[in-house]
Amino acid sequence: MTYLAKSPWLIHYDASSCNGCDIEVLACLTPMYDVERFGIINTGNPKHADVFVVTGGVNELNRAVIKNIYDQMVEPKVVVAVGICACSGGVFRECYNISGGIDKLIPVDVYVPGCAARPESIIDGIVTALGILEEKRKNMTNVPQKSADNSASHNQNNQSAGGTQ
Amino acid sequence: MSKQIIIPFGPQHPVLPEPIHLDLVLEDEKVVDAIPTIGYVHRGLEKLVEKREFPEYVFIAERICGICSFIHSQAYVQGIEQIMGLEVPERAQFLRTIWGEYSRMHSHLLWLGLFADSMGFESVFMNAWRLREHLLDDMEATTGGRVIQGVCKVGGVRKDISPEKLDEMLKGLRTLEHELRDLLNVFLYDSSIKYRLKGLGKLSSEDAYYLGAVGPTARGSGIDIDMRSTGYGAFDRINFKPVVEHDGDCYARCAVRAKELFTSIDIIDQCIRKMPDGPVDMKFTGAPDGEYFSRAEQPRGEVVHYIKGNGKRNILRHRVRTPTFTNIPPLVTLLKGVELADVPVVVLTIDPCIGCSER
Amino acid sequence: MMEPQTIVPISVGEVVQKAEQEKKDGCRLVLMSCTKIDDIFEVIYSYEKDLRLKNYRITVKQGDEIPSISGIYWGSFVYENEMNDLFGLNVTGINIDFKGHFFQTSVKHPFSVTITKEDDACQNR
Repeated sequence: MTYLAKSPWLIHYDASSCNGCDIEVLACLTPMYDVERFGIINTGNPKHADVFVVTGGVNELNRAVIKNIYDQMVEPKVVVAVGICACSGGVFRECYNISGGIDKLIPVDVYVPGCAARPESIIDGIVTALGILEEKRKNMTNVPQKSADNSASHNQNNQSAGGTQ
Repeated sequence: MSKQIIIPFGPQHPVLPEPIHLDLVLEDEKVVDAIPTIGYVHRGLEKLVEKREFPEYVFIAERICGICSFIHSQAYVQGIEQIMGLEVPERAQFLRTIWGEYSRMHSHLLWLGLFADSMGFESVFMNAWRLREHLLDDMEATTGGRVIQGVCKVGGVRKDISPEKLDEMLKGLRTLEHELRDLLNVFLYDSSIKYRLKGLGKLSSEDAYYLGAVGPTARGSGIDIDMRSTGYGAFDRINFKPVVEHDGDCYARCAVRAKELFTSIDIIDQCIRKMPDGPVDMKFTGAPDGEYFSRAEQPRGEVVHYIKGNGKRNILRHRVRTPTFTNIPPLVTLLKGVELADVPVVVLTIDPCIGCSER
Repeated sequence: MMEPQTIVPISVGEVVQKAEQEKKDGCRLVLMSCTKIDDIFEVIYSYEKDLRLKNYRITVKQGDEIPSISGIYWGSFVYENEMNDLFGLNVTGINIDFKGHFFQTSVKHPFSVTITKEDDACQNR
């Protein structure tokens, strides 16, 4: 991936993280690390988002919330699991209320380990995810491949790429 | 009476980085009741004492929350040390105090940024977080971690800070103080912020006291509760005065946090000047047998770690009462009577830390 | 230096009366804490005035009725609902009773049972 054709927006959800990774995700947006230079904006609306950044592991109550946010996002979409808790459950994997990583619930494209994950590695993870996002978009059938792809990502009927479990 | 409607607020909401759910009962635009639902971040980590030995459990205690991380580990280890009767080296106590104040400052700056963002002051948000990075750099240079430090252990601390680095930190703080004044002028004197916050979300001092408010929420209502006054760590050798405001509105709570930044700089300054020489940790044998309520002042208020051991390597019970948990009743009271559009601002003024409160 | 602490044992019947007395003395409620030791549950009520903690301990068995003090300290509902949900204790007369929905966990009353990782309900889903 050498350049970006679009500005990918991300949505962040704190599954059951300790906040450590959450504030590092937010720190990525601020002047020191500044992911906005890649055109990335943190949005609160899943329908506007291309990248789903999840921190923390799945627990009993947020299972439905994660699934709901994921289902509301429009194809193509990528999921980035930030922090070791989102990858595998981390130090909390033995807690009674934690099922484990996010991949127990939704397909994950990029894993960013670390406790707490450093902003540099989060940015690296998100940029990797953007490559996957571009790939997924290309692989979507009935999407016009050349020019005129303004409407491409709005095609909601297509479920061939990504897909839900 | 007009018709009542219920608006769900959260768990995924643009102003909240963390999930809390409130059912807001509205009459027209006015909130008449708020019903909290928590548990989205509940992990059940207190139960892990059965699986982790007490020296190792410090890492779990630190991960109760990634913002107040250092003070959680400090409160936990000082409870264990108290039960076991360990006399921790002086230098370790001073270092803990310094790191504790660093984490308080980074938390307050983080909050000021989010708070500005909730009111639509995006550039102030960016500026607050830019200044916060200086503190995190110092944290990283001295402990190795930005937000989770892992530097506290039973009997002392893992790392020492060289005198040269201490001087450098002090110089850095002086520069930061200068920049902070610029930033805080916006929060304290900007007319549009004043117009937005003055008189909003009033909490009377009696309500604050009996509903269990702690930290800046209580100090904004004129209640002088600051666990640093109990003299844990090195605070018994430091002169400081808790910041107390009397209006009890959103502006007062914001002002408490803004002014506490300077108190923290002053405390770190005193610690560095009075820093004793000597070792930073000690050896110990045995296991805690007894119980203790270990209290410390977090950025959000008083935290209580109740520790009960029975002489085994795995302690019997570790119970954490975090500041946000006890600030929930005041929040519910505060929300009654505010306009819907003010709800995000009012919720943020108690500085909710959901990761803490649900454990 | 750290303060010395004592915990005074009281009977379940005295809970409300003590709370009233503490409120009259101008104490705030700091926390209610519950511990399971073998078959019994210890509940500790901590009040504070002028940075001095006053602790009272009651011991109950599963199913015993504990009167709520939320009539005196309105904010105690968070602790009492927590005791209901995590320990399965029967606290009666709470002003805002979530009826077991304050903390929703994969295991009912997780702190009152022994959980091994293999049969953990949430782990295997």
